[in-house]
Amino acid sequence: MRLVLIGLVAGFFSALFGVGGGIVVVPLLLIVGRWQERPAMATSLAAIGIIALAGAISYGLHGELKPGAAALIGLPAAAGAVAGAMLQQRIAGRNLSFLFALVLTVLGVKLLV
Amino acid sequence: MGIALLAIGLGVVAGVLAGMFGVGGGILFVPTLTLGLGLTQLHAEATSLLAIIPTVAAGTWRQHRYGNVRLRPAVVIGLAAVAGVEGGVVVAERLPQGVLERLFGALMIVIAAQVAWRAWRRGRPAAAPSSGNPHNEVP
Repeated sequence: MRLVLIGLVAGFFSALFGVGGGIVVVPLLLIVGRWQERPAMATSLAAIGIIALAGAISYGLHGELKPGAAALIGLPAAAGAVAGAMLQQRIAGRNLSFLFALVLTVLGVKLLV
Repeated sequence: MGIALLAIGLGVVAGVLAGMFGVGGGILFVPTLTLGLGLTQLHAEATSLLAIIPTVAAGTWRQHRYGNVRLRPAVVIGLAAVAGVEGGVVVAERLPQGVLERLFGALMIVIAAQVAWRAWRRGRPAAAPSSGNPHNEVP
């Protein structure tokens, strides 16, 4: 039930502000769910896949997708994601929290100004 | 050519952030698509979602091999989020965007402080001079 709420909140904010759902799912899993960093971040990543797939299908039906541009950034990003996951595995959990807090702060400031 | 290289470079950076922190990468994808490749905001947001799919697939595959992914919760959160998106779209069309963005920005900074504070508190006992770290989370 808690997971359903986390998902609802994440989807809501993601549509409202155009931020990825992960920026909402990860802190909720950490703070509300009391998950460890690694499973929280890895599970959030998998959940985002479902959100993106549903969104892409919906936009695709309206013909608003540019597959060439998506491949140009999405394929390098896939390689980057593997590297990021390997990097994550080598960083202590609490340091991941600190780094993630930094990312959140940068985004928060960007939204504020 | 230069712009394509820049887009590829930013794609890699977005992917690393995605694999590391479990965020999608859309935060970097959208500006890359609009400013770099000249897409409209709408096309960029749509295309960003498409680009997230291979990113997430590769990252999740790797994370799954490390045993970090909890599949059932991921499916529950993902499906609930799809429903939440519908609600967000309805509200977004009715409220002034600027004010909301600032509120959300402030909220994110508060959450950032809380995430950092929790990690800080959790780590303190481990700073005691002992050989083993009881809080080490070896997977």
